[in-house]
Amino acid sequence: MTRKMTRYSLKSQATGWLLLMPAAVFLIAFTYYPTIATLAKSFFSQGTALRPSQFVGLENYASLLDDEVFWKVARNNIIYAGITIPISIALALLMAIWVNGRLPLRSLTRISYFTPTILPMIAVANIWLFFYTPEIGLLDQTLRGAGFNGHNWLGDPNTVLGCIIVVTIWKESGFFMIFYLAALQSLPPELEEAAKLEGASRWTYFRRVMFPLLMPTTLFVMINAVINSFKLVDHLFILTKGGPDNSSSLLLYYIYEVAFSFLDQAYASTLTVILLGALAAIAIAQFVFIDKKVHYQ
Amino acid sequence: MSAIELSDIVKRWGETTAVDNVSFKIEDGDFVVLLGPSGCGKSTTLRMIAGLEDVTAGTMKLNGVDMTNVAPSKRRISMVFQSYALFPHLSVEENILFGLKVRKIPRDERATRLDKVAELVGLSTLLDRKPSQLSGGQRQRVALARAVIAENKICLMDEPLSNLDAKLRQDMRFEIRALQERLNMTVVYVTHDQAEAMSMADKVILMREGRIEQEGTPDELYNRPATVFAASFIGTPPMNLINTTTHDGAFVIEGENQTQVLETSLSEVLIGIRPEHISITDDQGIQAQLLSADYQGADTIVNGLIGTQKVLIRTPGRVAINKPLHARLSWNKDNVHVFKADTGARTELINAVSV
Repeated sequence: MTRKMTRYSLKSQATGWLLLMPAAVFLIAFTYYPTIATLAKSFFSQGTALRPSQFVGLENYASLLDDEVFWKVARNNIIYAGITIPISIALALLMAIWVNGRLPLRSLTRISYFTPTILPMIAVANIWLFFYTPEIGLLDQTLRGAGFNGHNWLGDPNTVLGCIIVVTIWKESGFFMIFYLAALQSLPPELEEAAKLEGASRWTYFRRVMFPLLMPTTLFVMINAVINSFKLVDHLFILTKGGPDNSSSLLLYYIYEVAFSFLDQAYASTLTVILLGALAAIAIAQFVFIDKKVHYQ
Repeated sequence: MSAIELSDIVKRWGETTAVDNVSFKIEDGDFVVLLGPSGCGKSTTLRMIAGLEDVTAGTMKLNGVDMTNVAPSKRRISMVFQSYALFPHLSVEENILFGLKVRKIPRDERATRLDKVAELVGLSTLLDRKPSQLSGGQRQRVALARAVIAENKICLMDEPLSNLDAKLRQDMRFEIRALQERLNMTVVYVTHDQAEAMSMADKVILMREGRIEQEGTPDELYNRPATVFAASFIGTPPMNLINTTTHDGAFVIEGENQTQVLETSLSEVLIGIRPEHISITDDQGIQAQLLSADYQGADTIVNGLIGTQKVLIRTPGRVAINKPLHARLSWNKDNVHVFKADTGARTELINAVSV
């Protein structure tokens, strides 16, 4: 009897493991193994034909601290995130409120706000490249029409990061708008009517009722925005390649350069570990601090 | 000067007319129920009084002042919604005080009023809770408290009890009525439940397809229904409406052909008799068949047939009918209502006969 039961449970255990396997294989192969391998690699030197890779401890991390390019790129990324996240979220919310109301051609407006999202980033970058091109670009032509001088927008270290930020906001806010629109449509209309009867202005209703009730969406959108601000670098390949003088380069693009242009995989791994650590810290902080203020229905 | 006065109010959405030339007056301190089946325009009328819906045509006055196109917040009206419309992220206290804070009432006064109102509706111990932590009845009280604390003279209620269970609904009816009397509010109350209307209202406005069918006290609606619709909408079970016809010069019930039920007849008429006004007798009265019985506790509703016409009879106590049996029914002519078959309107020109 006991033996039979053991055999039976072994069999059912095996079934369980088999069912888990497809998902587990992919998770391990594409998520856990690369993460651990990256972490391990960051403690080794880059091997060459003459000098094989060897354990160097924290040496890679030490050279990272002295790497001026790293600091510049990190600073760029903080500015980039600090501007794109709040502006694209605010724009998304505004657009969602706007297209949630009664207006003529509502579906068309919604679609046109959402279009940048469905375009591949590479295509978006090409469109904007045309806008920014000196002399013949749309921006310069318009400015010249208004009596201003042309400007090499992407060639000037002072304006290039701003240009990249504009492209990102244009691309992202339509995407976030969809989440806000869905959340707005789940709010019962009686809440606004009740507030109206109580004498609340539209602003008071927004501040006291609508915005607090949208907090779960805001948290979700914010986490996505943060991740995207570190993850989305496709446009750099088309627009600037990080230049001039790394003034538009972002962390992930720098990691790509180090790994595949300079072929220093050890240092690229070190940079990756830093990026992963930073992202994890931000996500945890968001959940811990903001979650308390979020009302879930 | 009436508290609320509607004159020829019309509401249209494109081709559909939701409210069609509705006029009525509501006096100060009255409890008025807008009654009707769903889609009759009662909620739309209420929302137009609140200002949540634009008026297509007509005028609406509050205390003699034209308010037809005034913003909802300027009308000094409170409203209780069917869904309660409580703010889910705010506590009970913040929900109740929402309007006072918006209107910048000083903190001291807010606190005094909150104490008073919370006491009044029995929420004093629940002020820190969120709406999701309350039962249906408690949420209902919060909605009432929010309506009452503004101290507006007029309070609108849109089917406020329809989400509660039967027992609680009964209790809340009395509480709302008591609250209204205590605070001397003018209440306009929308419902499709005629029992609610009968037990609460000073005046009932019965609506059908965007028009007013009848307006009067519950007593008038019950005892002198103006139309066939009013007769069949008020009362459970509803009034029996029986077709009559002419047979050998006598005015009789269709298919029965023996007993005179009307003195005269002008044209096709219906007679209406409430189930409680028909009694089952042994020897005298009109021939009928009794088919089945629904026992209701205090009384029994008997399904019967006079000629070809179905009738319901309310009879005290318990009656069991296992198989159809013959019986005689009787009623007093004062309890017979006569309606014209073509328009459905009540007529006093034709007298009934007691049977």
